[in-house]
Amino acid sequence: MIVMRMKTGDKELALAAKDGDADAFTLLLERSYDRLFGLCFRLMGSHAEAEDLCQDICAALPAKLSQFEGGSAFSTWLYRVVVNAAHDRRRRASTRAKAAQGWGDWEVNRTEAMREQAEAQDWLTRAVGTLSDDLRDTVALVMDDMNHREVGEVLGVSEGTVSWRMSEVKKHLKALKESEQ
Amino acid sequence: MSDDLDDLKAAFSVATPAPDAKRRVENVALAQENFARLQGSPAEARPMKDAPSMGVFAKGIRAMFDAISSKAGLTATTALAAFGLVMVLPVLREGPPKVFTPQPAVLIEAPVLEELIATEPEADMAVGAIASEMAPSPVPAPRMSAKSQSRTRVAPGAGLIADAPVVAVEADTEAFASVPKNTLKVTRETPVSTFSVDVDTASYSIVRSSLMNGQLPPAAAVRIEEMVNYFPYDYAAPSEGAFATSLAMMTTPWNESTQLLRIALQGKMPEVEARPPLNLVFLIDTSGSMNQPDKLPLLKQSLRLMLGQLRAEDQVAIVAYAGSAGQVLEPTAARERDTILGALDNLAAGGGTNGQAGLQQAYALAKQMQDEGEVSRVLLATDGDFNVGLSNPEALKDYIADKRDSGMFLSVLGFGHGNLDDVTMQALAQNGNGQASYIDSLPEAQKVLVDQLTGAFFPIASDVKVQVEFNPATVAEYRLIGYETRALAREDFNNDKVDAGDIGAGHQVTALYEVTLVGNETQVDALRYGESSADGSTDELGFLKLRFKEPGAQDSQLIKRAIPTTLEPDTELEFAAAVSGFGELLRGSVRLGNWSYKEAITAASNARGEDSFGYRAEAIQLMRLAASLK
Repeated sequence: MIVMRMKTGDKELALAAKDGDADAFTLLLERSYDRLFGLCFRLMGSHAEAEDLCQDICAALPAKLSQFEGGSAFSTWLYRVVVNAAHDRRRRASTRAKAAQGWGDWEVNRTEAMREQAEAQDWLTRAVGTLSDDLRDTVALVMDDMNHREVGEVLGVSEGTVSWRMSEVKKHLKALKESEQ
Repeated sequence: MSDDLDDLKAAFSVATPAPDAKRRVENVALAQENFARLQGSPAEARPMKDAPSMGVFAKGIRAMFDAISSKAGLTATTALAAFGLVMVLPVLREGPPKVFTPQPAVLIEAPVLEELIATEPEADMAVGAIASEMAPSPVPAPRMSAKSQSRTRVAPGAGLIADAPVVAVEADTEAFASVPKNTLKVTRETPVSTFSVDVDTASYSIVRSSLMNGQLPPAAAVRIEEMVNYFPYDYAAPSEGAFATSLAMMTTPWNESTQLLRIALQGKMPEVEARPPLNLVFLIDTSGSMNQPDKLPLLKQSLRLMLGQLRAEDQVAIVAYAGSAGQVLEPTAARERDTILGALDNLAAGGGTNGQAGLQQAYALAKQMQDEGEVSRVLLATDGDFNVGLSNPEALKDYIADKRDSGMFLSVLGFGHGNLDDVTMQALAQNGNGQASYIDSLPEAQKVLVDQLTGAFFPIASDVKVQVEFNPATVAEYRLIGYETRALAREDFNNDKVDAGDIGAGHQVTALYEVTLVGNETQVDALRYGESSADGSTDELGFLKLRFKEPGAQDSQLIKRAIPTTLEPDTELEFAAAVSGFGELLRGSVRLGNWSYKEAITAASNARGEDSFGYRAEAIQLMRLAASLK
């Protein structure tokens, strides 16, 4: 019964789901969805892209789950799935320009919709839109309150690399700010 | 973290939109379904069944919104956009899980997800019920709410929608080809009216489906010419040539001072026995959104019906596309019914969409199957969730047009209700020289695929254009009813390079003009300093010209005929007029005065004629429904 499982950890649910427990799977996905979506958005830069990525992940998750061994936290594992799906999506979305364009469209729409916030978001667009994919992925995960080690685990790089990337991001942001002053 | 990073984080949390509540529910359902399938257990009924079957996976359209809308595209993608495709290829299906190998077990536990949810700042941005429940709360609470949310999702009702503009977005994922309604023309100023024929009937089916669901259709979904052309009319068959014209005129039901002029074409019906072998490639959308009773299952039944109409030497192949595209059935002679039916039965829905790969594969198959003198068709069956991976609509049009020129036509069968991308269907079929049909029931499948099989697949004339020059001596004003999406420039008529609609064997095309004869009250005042009198015969209303090409021909032929003033009404025109008025009512037209559904019902009932298939009786039912929903 789901009710009984309210306090079951994600990893236990994931392992149960892997063994065919549909209720555990549903509960796990319901728990994770909004957060999953947030990450999708940060990775893709547009609402529509984020929704689509989310859909792709939901469709494939049951099959992917068979590869979850419980060696890492479920969230870490899930994020790895998301980041890889985002990579695939970007790569196949004909060109890399597409991803950057997502941020551009997003900016256009957003400024129209909420003018008063235009300035701040313009900054966000510039700040994120100009980052390389690696840096953007890293930022998207760090923004999720993951520590550098966990981010490294998701991305398959060392903690040191994540820290170095974040320092690059900070440099980037600093330069951006200075150029604006 | 540095201040800069904090700034970035704050900006992100403001910018991150709430997940679309409806898609959330659908995506979870999709995952559950795939989960169930993976366990080898029969898929359970989707929990969304009794919710309105709105579109879910309208990716193409969503992406389109983002690419083209100048306003509110992100926060509320509610605008109805009228063109375009942006293609995004789906993921994951074929992607090898290169990083999915489990990590060594030395890793230390990361925080479990639900704790993260509780501290998730962007939850503040979420809307409606989900937001208020998911927002900051102690650890156990989100679990609770996650569940209660899943319990209540069967009725995504007022509470959610009232607070959540984003939820309402799905209602708009049906995009309709719509341009301003044809307006009145003064003969003296604009004597010539030019349009391309249209034998599509999708709009009528959309209207019917909407009314049957107890809702008036959106005005933009109503294309009057497609409604009028839905019905078979009793026109005389041509004694020679590709088609005959049929003219008639009656007093406009809703305006005594104007006349309705009918210009109809009746295509010749070649002997069915003599038709060339037919190669059909079914390109079937098996993405997750097709898994509803009125989609894939109906499609299977429809194709089963159609199979009975094929001849032994016809060939059928099936390509399915979802996350990836694949040939499901190699070219198979129609006589091998069991093989074909078996392949059909094995189709199952699940995953994303990869329309481009499917389209390319289908065309490749069609090419492979084509022998000299044979007719090849690609039949795309989809619920509109069609992500064609070509980079822009023009490229897509060119691609399909290119295939069209090599003799392979594309027809589109639309299924389901909610995220049907009418614009895309129209664009695809028009550029592929095929028909766009919308199939909402088995009887409709019967009509489209069986009764009209011959016409749909055997064009007898292509690029058929109609041009009417009205005589200012007899006609003061005129208005073409419908055909808004089919208007052509006057000079396009003689330009054989300009593409226009095709007419298949036995097809009929009906066009209605509302004309004001000279001497009647006109809507536009005559010019004081205009030409004093019109030259020309007063026993002609105008002059009708038709241009068409024989199938495969480069140069067009011309048919000319004067339109006499002495035309009589007939039952067929009376019925067409009633349907036309019905369409105007649905569009909220202001031209009808006091003429209402009541009058439409009376007029249509009096003009039912033989109606051997009951189409007209059904239309009268729909008028009644619309009257009660008004």
